[in-house]
Amino acid sequence: MLRLYEAELRSRLLLGTARYPSPAVLTEAVRAAGAEIVTVSLRREAGGERAGQGFWSIVQSLVRDLGVRVLPNTAGCHSVKEAVTTAHMGREVFGTSWVKLEVIGEDETLQPDVFGLIEAARILLSEGFEVFPYTTEDLIVAERLLEAGCRVLMPWGSPIGSGRGLNNLFGLKALRARFAEVAMVIDAGIGVPSHAAQALELGFDAVLINTAVSQARDPIAMAAAFAQAVAAGRAAYLAGPMEPRDLAAPSTPLIGQAFLK
Amino acid sequence: MHILVNGDSREVRAADLAAALEELGYGGAVIATAVNGQFVPMGNRPTARLNEGDELEVLAPMQGG
Repeated sequence: MLRLYEAELRSRLLLGTARYPSPAVLTEAVRAAGAEIVTVSLRREAGGERAGQGFWSIVQSLVRDLGVRVLPNTAGCHSVKEAVTTAHMGREVFGTSWVKLEVIGEDETLQPDVFGLIEAARILLSEGFEVFPYTTEDLIVAERLLEAGCRVLMPWGSPIGSGRGLNNLFGLKALRARFAEVAMVIDAGIGVPSHAAQALELGFDAVLINTAVSQARDPIAMAAAFAQAVAAGRAAYLAGPMEPRDLAAPSTPLIGQAFLK
Repeated sequence: MHILVNGDSREVRAADLAAALEELGYGGAVIATAVNGQFVPMGNRPTARLNEGDELEVLAPMQGG
């Protein structure tokens, strides 16, 4: 079982809800993924407009029919104040103390502003939030976030929406090894199921996928493919992968080989 | 008075946030509010006074990653 704060979960695949071709496809993709957590957000709504209200009814049906939990994000926030205020607004609307904390530092890569992230995390944790910080693989940032009280880390694989997979394998392996007991969800940059399998094989606890599913030609089929990859990656991690080596090592025993020269 | 609602200039007669939201067409909607960058919880809307030039943000659930 995966434990994220007090929640115990069977699924290790978290799914974003953005950029699906239709609400029906989103719902079926969540079902196909077997996801138990979906990420959501907040945006401006004009009076009399009902875009947000329509999405609210979809969220309610996902919660009611599929039993998912929602994880509100602070996407698009560039300052500590914005992120903290957005987290409060999300807590009221979605009725959860969970927050996927994003403090964006740079628009081209959407790289986290890790200094603002730590500051915002400290504030929100002191205000009773359960913070899921979107961070980099930096060990010292991770240490500060954990010191602040975060019990989950969400390191990036590569820039949001880039589909480039695990960009810094060495850094991610070091992070995993350094904080072996901390729940870690790879968030952002995963493009295909093999990236997700690799993350789980390395010992990461879960992955959060959005664009790779929602922008696939068939999002529902891709959600199912990711579910299989995550299950395979986790099973492989538990089975203990072999250590890679630089030179060949024959798998067929040499002893008893015929002498035919 | 004039206030900014999600960045757009609007004229409202109501003096408090709860009444202003009704007037602006948000009645019954699932929303969260902030005035001048400060979160205003739902329970505080009836007593939150609005002033000329206030900046009101009204946010609703939206898809997110």
